[in-house]
Amino acid sequence: MLLTVLVFLPAFAGIMILLLPATRASYSRWVALLGSLIALALSIGMFFAFEKGGGFQFIDKASWIDVGAFHVQYFLGVDGLSLPLVVLTTFLTTAAVLVSFRIEHRPRAYFASLMVLSTSVLGVFTAMDFLLFFLFWELELFPMYLLISVWGSGRREYSAMKFVLYTVAGSAFMLVAILALAFSEGTFDMQLLGEANISSAVLPLRWVFLFLFIGFAVKLPIVPLHTWLPDAHSDAPTAVSVMLAGVLLKMGGYAIIRTCITILPDQANDYGIWLAAIGAISVLYGAFVTFRQTDVKRLIAYSSVSHMGLVLLGIGALGTTAMVGAAYQMLAHGLITGLLFVVIGLMYERTHTREIGKLGGLARQMPLIATGLVFAGFASVGLPALAGFVAEITVFIGAFQKHEWAVLMAIFGVVLSAGYILWTLQRVVFGPVRSEWDDADDQKHWWEHASVVGLAALVILLGVYPSLIMDMIDPAIGVISARVAG
Amino acid sequence: MSELDIVGPQLAILLAAAAVLVWDALLPNRRICLPYIALIGVFGAVIWTSTWVIRGDFQTAFDGTFAIDQYAVFFQYVFAGIAAIVVVASIDWVNRVDRRQSEYFALVLTASAGLMFLAGARDLITIFLALELSSIPQYILAGWGKDQRSSEAGMKYLLLGAIASALLLYGMTMLYGFSGSTLLSDISVAITENGADSRSLLIVASVLLIAGFGFKMAVVPFQMWVPDVYQGAPTPVAAFLSVGSKAAAFAVVMRIFFEGLGEQILSDDWAMIFAVIAAASMTLGNLFAIVQRDIKRMLGYSSIAQAGNFMIGLAAISIAGEHFVQGASGVLLFVAAYAFTNLGAFIAVIGISQKIGSDNIADYAGMWRRAPLLALALAICLISLAGIPPTAGFWAKLYVFNAGIRADLAWLVIIGVLNSVVSAYYYLAVVRQMFLGEAEEEERLAISPTIAVALGISTVGVIVFGIFPTPLVDAAREAAAIFATS
Repeated sequence: MLLTVLVFLPAFAGIMILLLPATRASYSRWVALLGSLIALALSIGMFFAFEKGGGFQFIDKASWIDVGAFHVQYFLGVDGLSLPLVVLTTFLTTAAVLVSFRIEHRPRAYFASLMVLSTSVLGVFTAMDFLLFFLFWELELFPMYLLISVWGSGRREYSAMKFVLYTVAGSAFMLVAILALAFSEGTFDMQLLGEANISSAVLPLRWVFLFLFIGFAVKLPIVPLHTWLPDAHSDAPTAVSVMLAGVLLKMGGYAIIRTCITILPDQANDYGIWLAAIGAISVLYGAFVTFRQTDVKRLIAYSSVSHMGLVLLGIGALGTTAMVGAAYQMLAHGLITGLLFVVIGLMYERTHTREIGKLGGLARQMPLIATGLVFAGFASVGLPALAGFVAEITVFIGAFQKHEWAVLMAIFGVVLSAGYILWTLQRVVFGPVRSEWDDADDQKHWWEHASVVGLAALVILLGVYPSLIMDMIDPAIGVISARVAG
Repeated sequence: MSELDIVGPQLAILLAAAAVLVWDALLPNRRICLPYIALIGVFGAVIWTSTWVIRGDFQTAFDGTFAIDQYAVFFQYVFAGIAAIVVVASIDWVNRVDRRQSEYFALVLTASAGLMFLAGARDLITIFLALELSSIPQYILAGWGKDQRSSEAGMKYLLLGAIASALLLYGMTMLYGFSGSTLLSDISVAITENGADSRSLLIVASVLLIAGFGFKMAVVPFQMWVPDVYQGAPTPVAAFLSVGSKAAAFAVVMRIFFEGLGEQILSDDWAMIFAVIAAASMTLGNLFAIVQRDIKRMLGYSSIAQAGNFMIGLAAISIAGEHFVQGASGVLLFVAAYAFTNLGAFIAVIGISQKIGSDNIADYAGMWRRAPLLALALAICLISLAGIPPTAGFWAKLYVFNAGIRADLAWLVIIGVLNSVVSAYYYLAVVRQMFLGEAEEEERLAISPTIAVALGISTVGVIVFGIFPTPLVDAAREAAAIFATS
């Protein structure tokens, strides 16, 4: 019951918001904040109540559609892999509500969409029935489309449509694979599928693997399926960028581990080297392209491509350590990139430009924002004692034996990332002071402080005390890598 | 007497048609009652059908040429529902045109009775007569409007319909010549006994039958009339054409091809024809729909694509046993879901075009602010047509695709899901126009109560069956199961 409440709580808050009378529209942010805080508290409670290494827990299961050979369940559950992602989602939802506290344009619809988005992502991370998983996966498109096309900037309708079409095209393949698997095994139950030894299906299994992978790789995103991401990011409002980079991309990585690797371990063994290669290429390509960006948000978007490549590299190595590193990288990237987008959003609200060339010397005029940006930048580079470092080093150690060359490529990518981040910081934060921003105020509202400090604190916590989460992820990944190994 | 009892539902509707004409002649000042008399007839048909469901004692009449069984009952409900919704949705338009009201309702009822006869027909002559009984009123209705385009639509529909009927008869005579009987069950026996010797004749007959019914189903390459007729015919009539004759054609084709031509030596061939037609219809229908600016033409092309979707189910039928029921019940489910979704979409178009006097999609901009309920209902119907959850259209599509995977038609399912992506683009473009577009006028549009009722019924059905599809899926399976045992 608890998990159901957690998943649908944000959507419930969203419905409450829509029911607010027009004269009380400004209350919607408080309802959204309350809903997301309760969800956050619930998820943290579950995090500490979770028995590490105890498999799937907090299971809610009921038969939904049961006709002939067609069984669909309502089945939610979390294990050590998904629970940290659930907490990440509730946490970033809260941060996203906080950074949009000043929204004036149709606030009810805005917060309601944000809340539905949160429910759909939580649903993806907790659904253990493949069809239910697919439903949540698709549900996420509606709020995202609205959030980008109504509250975005620039070519927002183009970007929103591009986002939707890429995702839908990917999920078309995914659906075929899901149906093929469900037919050969007679169930949509992901837990059963994850324990079965599937030797054949109506489609060759390597196609099934490939189709699932395409569906998820669009989301991750990998090169060359990534082109929707910079557009979506640069035109989305701040909170949506936080959600997009913070949790939506993680749906792809999570789903690859949960389904491709767990359900089809033999195919994973065959194609692991390809995953690692695509991952390494994404790391390098993302890093190179980042150098050419002049828009700060596009820059972070490409750096996301690069960082998510590390996730795929870790998955492709298939060992416990490497996959734990990949899962950890998802969390670390979610927090760090979330923080980056929050800070850039604060900066943009004051300067109304994201062009690196027009910015400079902000350390003088907005010291707090500049501090946040520098901190987030260092975290993104992978400075030791911060979350990103732990994740990267774990991936590298885990993957090195298996795919030496891919790790070497990826390490070079990380070096490049140090280059572009520091170069950007130098141009935006330091350098000559520009008189246009003399009147701009610094970060001053409580909600701004709360979101920045909260995210930064977690980045440090995950950097200095990784076993808090590693101990939870490790047994869950151990089960999966044992399947792959034998 | 018992034979009249079996065709009671059809008789109730025909009686109502006669009553409408008589009432108009006797009480010309009380024309306002006409649609309600028609509704009483439809209601009587529903009650009578229900008594057969309660009696559960299914049987055949008129020397086996007509049957009442679960399959016939399923379609009788669907056609009664279509007739009722079309009558209610026409009230406003008929009052406005104010010309031969009684004839209009009488023709709609006669056509509906013909459709209901088709549902239970098990004999080639009965099938042909029932088909003509439903078609001829539809030719007249298509030309009902006073303008040139409507006359053109009626003439086009009549001429092409006549050619299709001729092809159909030609195919039927071949089957008769081969088997010496017009009863489907006798034909089936004859094919089992010595079908192998005359295989080429039977295949030619199948092709002719497919061509004849393909016209009614509006599938490629028999679709040329669709956009012109839908655009030219009065909108309530277009709504009727788009669901009624299409659903009936699928009902009959399943009966003929499974009861009569279901033998393995033939079914592999016609299944392949259906598969190719399905792929062509989906692809061409969707590609042409994208570029349409007139919403009725767009819905016309989309109905071609939807017919292609049904046909995946037909193609999946040829494999025997449990899988057969999957394909057949998938078609039934899809027909039912499509009927109400497409009616809903057309009714919303009636409601909007009556007020703004245009069918141009561009004029739908900002409809959300001008007529929120109409816009919302149209959006729900379009989302269902696109097959996006949580709507009835999603389950229908999923079920048909599932059947396709089971029947080893993965290539067709992949074409199907990719087409869903394409269709989502143009359906959602209308939704986007309504919700995000800027309206040129801000004037609120009033909806007439009859439109609201008809629209409400269809839309609520789309959503309720979208969340709890089990009853509909169950009914479809029971209806399809009669073939598995016959």
